This record gives sequence, C-alpha cells and structure tokens, in this order.
Amino acid sequence: MAETFLDSTELVLNMGPQHPSTHGVLRVIVKLDGEKVLGTECVIGYLHRGVEKIAENRTYTMFAPYVDRIDYIAAVSNGLGYCLAVEKLLNVEAPARAQAVRVILTELNRIGSHLLWLGTHALDIGAITPLFYCMREREYTLDIFEKYCGARLTTHAFRIGGLQYETYEGFEKECLDFCDLFLPKVDEYEELLTGNRIWRERLINVGILNEADCKAFGVTGPMLRAAGCKWDIRKALPYSGYEKYDFEIPTRENGDTYDRYIVRMQEMRQSVRIIRQAVEGLPTGPITAKVPKVIKPPVGEAYVSIEAPKGELGYYIVSDGTTQPYRCRVRPPSFVNLQALDRMSRGSLVADLVAIIGTIDIVLGEVDR
Amino acid sequence: MRTILRKVFLVDLLQGMWVTFRTQHPKNIVTEQYPFERPKVAERYRGAPRLNINPENGQTLCICCDLCALACPEALIVVGWERNPETKRKDLVTFTYDTSRCMFCGLCEDACPVDALELTQDFELASYSREGAIFDRQILEEGIQPKKYVF
Repeated sequence: MAETFLDSTELVLNMGPQHPSTHGVLRVIVKLDGEKVLGTECVIGYLHRGVEKIAENRTYTMFAPYVDRIDYIAAVSNGLGYCLAVEKLLNVEAPARAQAVRVILTELNRIGSHLLWLGTHALDIGAITPLFYCMREREYTLDIFEKYCGARLTTHAFRIGGLQYETYEGFEKECLDFCDLFLPKVDEYEELLTGNRIWRERLINVGILNEADCKAFGVTGPMLRAAGCKWDIRKALPYSGYEKYDFEIPTRENGDTYDRYIVRMQEMRQSVRIIRQAVEGLPTGPITAKVPKVIKPPVGEAYVSIEAPKGELGYYIVSDGTTQPYRCRVRPPSFVNLQALDRMSRGSLVADLVAIIGTIDIVLGEVDR
Repeated sequence: MRTILRKVFLVDLLQGMWVTFRTQHPKNIVTEQYPFERPKVAERYRGAPRLNINPENGQTLCICCDLCALACPEALIVVGWERNPETKRKDLVTFTYDTSRCMFCGLCEDACPVDALELTQDFELASYSREGAIFDRQILEEGIQPKKYVF
C-alpha cells in the first residue's frame, strides 16, 4: 500500500484504532478515491495479551478463566470449547445433566452476543433506539449467568469434566420465562428495522461475499450461512449433546449485510427453541465426571471446534504429559472472518465500510488474543 | 399502488416510531439509579474476597494450607504463617490478597477446604492508590468499607 501513498487522486486514511465504529482497537488503513474505497488493510494487535502463551505457563484448570477473556462477549462459548478440548484429551465426557446445562448457557450466550451485535451494528448505521432494547433483553441473560455462576461477563461457568455449580433454585423457570419474553422482542426489533427503508438502503447489496469466497477465506458462522452454505458445527459435528435437539439452520442466498442480519435474527429464534427443549428435558444426575484433581492428560493432541456465536471456534491443545499444556492454539472466528473485510469493502463507500465492519461481528479481544 | 402509498405515508418509519412510543410509559423504565439505589447482586456473586472468622470464638477459619495460593492462576495470594510450638499447628500471621491483579475466577474459593476464603457480594473495589487494592488480613476479615457519599 505504501507505493501509492498520496497519489494525486488517491488518499490513504487511517480509520481507528480509536474509531467508535471499529468495535474496539482495530486500525483499518483505507485507500480512498474520493468516497470510494479502493482497498483496506487491517492493523491488529493492539489488544494482544498473549493468551496462547499464558496457557503454556498455567495448569489446565488455571487456564480456564483466561479463555473467557478471549471473546468476552461470548465467554461461555469459549469456556465450553476449552473444556471440551481438555475433556477430549483426558478421554472423559461430561454427564448428561452437565451437557444440558452447558447447552442452555451457551445458547443464552449466543442470544446475548447477537443482541450486542445487533445493537452496536444498528448504532453504526444510525439507529440508536435498538441498542437500548437489545441491552434491556441482554440483561436477562446476564442475570441468569450472575445467579448461576456469580459473574456476568467473564463467567468461568464450566470446569473440565462438567460444572462447578449446580443450577440455582428457579433456574428452569427463569430460562423458560426468558424464552417466552424474548420471542415477541425479536419481532419488535424486526418491526423497528427489517422494513425500515433507511435500514434496507444501507444494508441491501452492501458487502457481498459469495459462498466460494467465504470458503476460500475460511469464513464461518452467520456470514457463511448468509451466503447460502448450510454449515453449522452444531449439526455437522455435534458436541455436548446437540444432536438431541431439534432446530434449523437459517440460511440466505445473497450474502450481503442484510442477509447476515436476517440470519442472525433467525438464529436467535432457533436458540430460544434449543433452550426450551433443553430446559424441558433437563436430566437429573451428577454434574461432574470423574476427573482427577490434578489434571495430567496423556501425551497427545486434541482439536475441538464448536459453533460460537461468531463462527467456528476451535481449540487445539497439545499435551506433553505434564500438568501444563505444551501448546494451546485458538482458532478464533472473528480473526478469520475479519480477513474478508478487504474483499467485501472494495468498491463500496466509506459509510458502507462502517456497516461492513459491523456485520462481521468482530470482538477485538478475540482477533488479537 | 399500495407500495407507493406505503412509501408516501412513511408506513415503515411510523411502524418503528410506534414501537418506540409503546415503551415510553414510566413503568417500562429499567435504568438503575446506581449510587442512590445499590443493586442487590446474586448470592453466588464473586466480588471482594473475605477471610471468614469463626463466629463462636473469633478465631480465623484459615488453616494455612496454602491451597488457595497454589490454585490462583495469577499467584496473588500470599499466606504467611508460623508454627505454634505448643499446639504444633500452623498459626496464620499475614494474608495478602492483591485484588488489582485478581480476575475473580473463584478458583481460590473452590480450593479452600474449610470455607475460610470466600468471594463476597461486595463489588465496590475502587481505591485511590494501587496499594489500596492490596488487601491485608485486617481488610479481608473486616470486609471493605466503601465510603458512602451523601448527596
């Protein structure tokens, strides 16, 4: 990009790292011709904390709270991915009750994550009202987390081999109440946004990424499904008992920003369906499998990927037989999805760039780790 | 024709406005007036640490087993003890807990075999200095006393 710096018609601008619409500390170097975006380049690493390196100096149990801080919007999903990976190394499986509670909490977390995405994305486009409504409903999911495990954002809800906490009194009822309350609210957001002419003008045919490009970039999650590919790890490689639940994978064809919005709205409805089934069929029994106090997995490696709200979240752990992982690699969905930004934004306007960054649903804590 | 009329009369915008209007009633207010009304956090909330004392004799419950210090990922707990020559037991001398590095994961609480160390519902942990965030045994046993401002 440097060779075209300040050409007579082209202009290179920095967007971020302190730009409110980059959802964190993302710096985008934008090459512009007037209002038209000719190319973008992301500069990341402002939030790098070296989580993967920290893992090498902590025991398996100790590292669990750190994974919550990778994607702090969906901390529960991160915890689940890590616990599943270590469980695979140890060759244990969480009991049925633990699995069901895990499903309930991760689906609640998915709703919370999508709500935060919807609120901030709408805010970027110029609709301020949905943010308040989204936060209002997200509060219910956070309250359930707080009552269940004692923290709202960085939950540390799961332990290797199952759960630390038994569900609190009234957990089932609160989850079902939330499901009843939440479905009309999704309709309310749709009433606010879906038909709105400004919203449609700003989103339709903006940031198109077709299925072949998605696969080439390794883009997963709602972005891939909006392009028409029916790929969901929950269905394709079921984990934590997802094969027992009946739900659909919402897909769309065009792969533009509007389609991603619709897919995520549908996903929230499907999550409610899963929560209902999981709560109604919540089995009784133990909440932890037999796991030694000092976790010392045999020499080997394990890769587990789960469907996080943002896409495929993978944990690859190499064990050398000691109490600490030899290597822990995280495959973060936002980091991979962000790479498609350049392809999506080429030829669009600067104002659309904000919409495109918003639609990827990035969390910079996860991009930089 | 219908779509044109819908466009002219701004039906899509009015629909959204109606949603906003519906939530205008005072009973729909969800904002908490924080310093005036302190929220009641959940029973399992992981907030400020506390070192419990036995209510019967006023002695500390801590048995100086050092398990909390070993469980802590950030190694921020330091337990100071000395051997009592008469009872041959460990006596707790100092206990420091650095809340500035704490991420409130609750692993120390889980590790404690006698429920001496506990993360409580107190959440107002701000202090004017870095030293103020390091809790010694006295603060841990008495609990934090946040200054209550009168407005």
